[in-house]
Amino acid sequence: MLARTCLRSTRAFASARNGAVHFSKRAASSSSSGAAADAAPVGLNVAAAAATAVAAGSIAWYYHLYGPTAHAMTPAEEGLHPAKYPWVHEQMFKTFDHQALRRGFQVYREVCASCHSLSRVPYRALVGTILTVDEAKALAEENEYDNEPNDEGIIEKRPGKLADYLPAPYPNDEAARFANNGALPPDLSLITKARHGGCNYIFSLLTGYPDEPPAGAQVGSGLNFNPYFPGTGIAMARVLYDGLVDYEDETPASTSQMAKDVVEFLNWAAEPEMDDRKRMGMKVLVCTTVLFALSVWVKRYKWANVKSRKIAYDPPKPAKTRE
Amino acid sequence: MNIANSGLYNTLFRKNYTFLGLVFAGAFGFEMFYDTRMNKLWDSINRGRQWKDIRHKYAEEE
Repeated sequence: MLARTCLRSTRAFASARNGAVHFSKRAASSSSSGAAADAAPVGLNVAAAAATAVAAGSIAWYYHLYGPTAHAMTPAEEGLHPAKYPWVHEQMFKTFDHQALRRGFQVYREVCASCHSLSRVPYRALVGTILTVDEAKALAEENEYDNEPNDEGIIEKRPGKLADYLPAPYPNDEAARFANNGALPPDLSLITKARHGGCNYIFSLLTGYPDEPPAGAQVGSGLNFNPYFPGTGIAMARVLYDGLVDYEDETPASTSQMAKDVVEFLNWAAEPEMDDRKRMGMKVLVCTTVLFALSVWVKRYKWANVKSRKIAYDPPKPAKTRE
Repeated sequence: MNIANSGLYNTLFRKNYTFLGLVFAGAFGFEMFYDTRMNKLWDSINRGRQWKDIRHKYAEEE
């Protein structure tokens, strides 16, 4: 709109522009008599105003066309951005807190696992990070898995072993949707990598349920209001309440404590290699820092001669030939 | 002392195979030294956070 009005304004000033053209002709033809300079100001001012309007209008038009970012979604559809929390395990040289991982696994097993699968984590991955071998074996044996076909080709069940993966609560996605009012609980194996905001988002989501939706918020049937969830209507109700889980290490099981532990556990599930990766990274950084310093020193040592050399120009002596 | 007559040069650097052996042995030795020192540093940065620090609470005595 602004652009169009600006264009119209230039058209309105067209006569003034013609005047300016005439003026410039006159100015070019006349020598420095001074008579033209006296007649100039009105036409000159109009021309300057018109040029300014054209310039401002084209800038406004350009900004209108290319300046603002186009958002396909409303802020509610984007979801509230989570606050940044100072996760210790996200620091450069810090491992996961394995006591927290153990608590988080307990929360997952007692709370999340009734709807969410963790299909990429085998029991053997828990050994030596969260559980002892005996605990992991005992846990695996609580579940049944398909055995190899016997002599008659019938597949029988066997108790689980360390190589098996954590069992899913539902046999397939359709069953999961059917049991959850059409909503599919996502697999949590890679969830911290799979969501914008990672740990912060999941923590905010788990602890961000208000007691009741704010006035004017549209909440669909069977949905719950959560500002952090894109679209704000989430099928999962609030699950973490104070004292829901009895921690074996007697940490007070507040909502935020449980959310923090389970988020750290899910981060471990997504990045089980993180501890080793960071340790290797530290070794590489220290080693390459030393090597870099060494190479800088060698360069300066080798170049010292060149850098400290003084070049003097010795002009040729005047020739002693006769002219 | 002339470097060409020193014992170090004659025993280690003069023959290519002894020099290569020195390089390999040096790399091996440095790797051991560096890894142990850095792992110790890592464990001190992350004291109490790793599984080996809490394992004793859960592992049963054999």
